[in-house]
Amino acid sequence: GVMERSREQLLRQTCEAVVLGVLHPRTSITLVLQVLSDAGSLLACCLNASCMVLLDAGLPLTSLFCGVTCALQLDGTILLDPTARQEQEARAVLTFAIASSERKVLMANTKGSCSVEEMQQCLAAAQRAADTIFQFYRDSVRRRYSK
Amino acid sequence: RTVEPLEYYRRFLKENCRPDGRELGEFRTTTVNIGKCLCSITTADGSALVKLGNTTVICGVKAELAAPAADSADKGYIVPNVELPSLCAERFRSGPPGEEAQAASQFIADVIENSQMIVKEDLCIANGKLAWVLYCDIICLDYDGNLLDASVFALLAALKNVQLPSVTINEETGLSEVNLKQKNPLIIRKHPVATSFAVFDDTLLIVDPTAEEEDLATGTVTIVTDEEGRLCSVHKPGGSPLTGAKLQDCITRAITRHKEVKKLIDKVIKSITPK
Repeated sequence: GVMERSREQLLRQTCEAVVLGVLHPRTSITLVLQVLSDAGSLLACCLNASCMVLLDAGLPLTSLFCGVTCALQLDGTILLDPTARQEQEARAVLTFAIASSERKVLMANTKGSCSVEEMQQCLAAAQRAADTIFQFYRDSVRRRYSK
Repeated sequence: RTVEPLEYYRRFLKENCRPDGRELGEFRTTTVNIGKCLCSITTADGSALVKLGNTTVICGVKAELAAPAADSADKGYIVPNVELPSLCAERFRSGPPGEEAQAASQFIADVIENSQMIVKEDLCIANGKLAWVLYCDIICLDYDGNLLDASVFALLAALKNVQLPSVTINEETGLSEVNLKQKNPLIIRKHPVATSFAVFDDTLLIVDPTAEEEDLATGTVTIVTDEEGRLCSVHKPGGSPLTGAKLQDCITRAITRHKEVKKLIDKVIKSITPK
């Protein structure tokens, strides 16, 4: 459907920005993502899965990226990694793809409206949370190659 | 320009301007035609034609009646559809809608939902029985970059032009009666305006890219703001990474653009309303 196409476009352009395509001319890199269960923060999960699979495949990347979802609740509190229920009740849900180099924003997608200050706060929170996710990447890769 | 397009562009960008003479933060001339007399669609309930430089987008809104969904009995429907026919640019082939058209349709649907420009409850006529469905068809006639901005603007202008006939439900027969003589305009609560930027070489941001600039760019950002300065959408589909500060610059420019567009739309609406 249209929603899937839109998600594909977001994921594809994010991956294209990090994968060093010049080292693999005349090559097609296909990422197939199958949603097993959706309990909220789906897009962020897809982004994390994409990055880890690119790592696992051994493709040359300029930087790693991770997906973080922030939900802005009605009272103004920021909730990271919301469940499906929390997403529905939130005023706005913002998803960012944060690059590992200098924590820059690779991809941004918002649902619902928010003020500019709230967006900046969510972005700052997402950039802090990115550290935890990158640590998880490191641990997973270490576990995989330590055997 | 044809052999080394990127170098050609870089030479202009170094001087802080672009080949068509615009500054980095300048928009192309925007013109909008609304309504049955100026815009060509006479069968639509509302229509608008927007030209952003060479990019031409036409939007037609048709209102039909339908039964509301079971779980939201007091809500109508708004169905946007963006079409990029093969006549607008040589890269679009005829056949099923490509990814760009589908992503644009999803984007427009998100903008309508996020900005709450039309509240679906307003489209309900009789709870659980009858509601309006607004089919918004946005067709690009000439693609020269910056499709999203033009589409959002065309949609807003067309919706402002929509006149819905009043519908009453006959108590005895249970059928709906449409009164074509008595028309009410649609209630538009918010006016979202989109501003698109192209990112060059990971650092430079230019506003309102043409098709040539979009091809050379390393990324795009689209910001949708409403009149209160709230962000309805930050759409950055991948592309080169940006810092928070650069995003903030984009947002400030988007807010200024919103004021310009709002003024233009108000002027045009005032010129077509019969006194």
